[in-house]
Amino acid sequence: MKFSIVVFPGSNCDQDCEHVVRELLGCEAEYVWHAETDLKGADAVIIPGGFAYGDYLRAGALARFSPVMESVGRFARQGGPVLGICNGFQVLLEAGLLPGAMRVNRDLRYVCRDVHLRIQSSETPFTRLYDEGSVVRMPIGHMEGNYTAPPSVLDELEREDRVVFRYCDERGAVADAANPNGADRAIAGICSRDRNVVGLMPHPDRCAEALLGNDQGLKMFQSAVTALAAR
Amino acid sequence: MKVEVRVYPREGILDPQGKAIAAALVRLGHGSVEGVRAGKIFFLDVAGDDRAKVEAEARVMAEELLANTVIEGYDVRVL
Repeated sequence: MKFSIVVFPGSNCDQDCEHVVRELLGCEAEYVWHAETDLKGADAVIIPGGFAYGDYLRAGALARFSPVMESVGRFARQGGPVLGICNGFQVLLEAGLLPGAMRVNRDLRYVCRDVHLRIQSSETPFTRLYDEGSVVRMPIGHMEGNYTAPPSVLDELEREDRVVFRYCDERGAVADAANPNGADRAIAGICSRDRNVVGLMPHPDRCAEALLGNDQGLKMFQSAVTALAAR
Repeated sequence: MKVEVRVYPREGILDPQGKAIAAALVRLGHGSVEGVRAGKIFFLDVAGDDRAKVEAEARVMAEELLANTVIEGYDVRVL
């Protein structure tokens, strides 16, 4: 089972993802440089965090036009599982593989801390091992995580059960104080209509082993393994 | 030709930057400020002498890249 990890100039969580895939999952990991078009036989694709192309213009805006993104788009349309983490989520939004856009955080600050998330849907290849409604703790680190979309799109996401993660307090209650960036409807992550493309602002790659004090993110990657095995 | 593309948050879209700038202006004593939206301007040098064509192309550029039309509006001026 092979995870291909897309690397843009400015990606900085690519090695974290590779570590998780290779060392913790025991799967194959392959880096794919942004100028390449061959996903190298990927079973799943990860777009890691960082600052692709320096986040120039808007976060994710320039990365979208790199050659590799055409291949990622094709892979996604064929039903391949794609996970965009943080900057990777921003890239997926700009590329139109997920709906909506990111604004600067409500408080105009880079926010770097742990947050609580409620798993809203376990019906994606990256959340199937989590219990729906359960609460997990994960770190975030971003300046533009203030998710928004036109109200009709937000309604559609809710109706189709495509809000996958919501910011909440440790008991799972969604409240303004537990929303770190002002995202509409406390949305931390969503999925595509076919549910195979998932994007989220928090970093499961930074909380995937007990050695780092938190392994609640590991299930996201393990979920992909079981989803692929079930195909 | 010189082309200016202005990109700004759409009316009604929360603009945290604009809000903070408005609050700062009020704090500085400019109490008449009721709102600010913060955007950006792109100054483009575009080859060609057909104004309409250059403008049309700049619009495509704005749609494709310069603006994220989910949250931003834009206008194009050929100078």
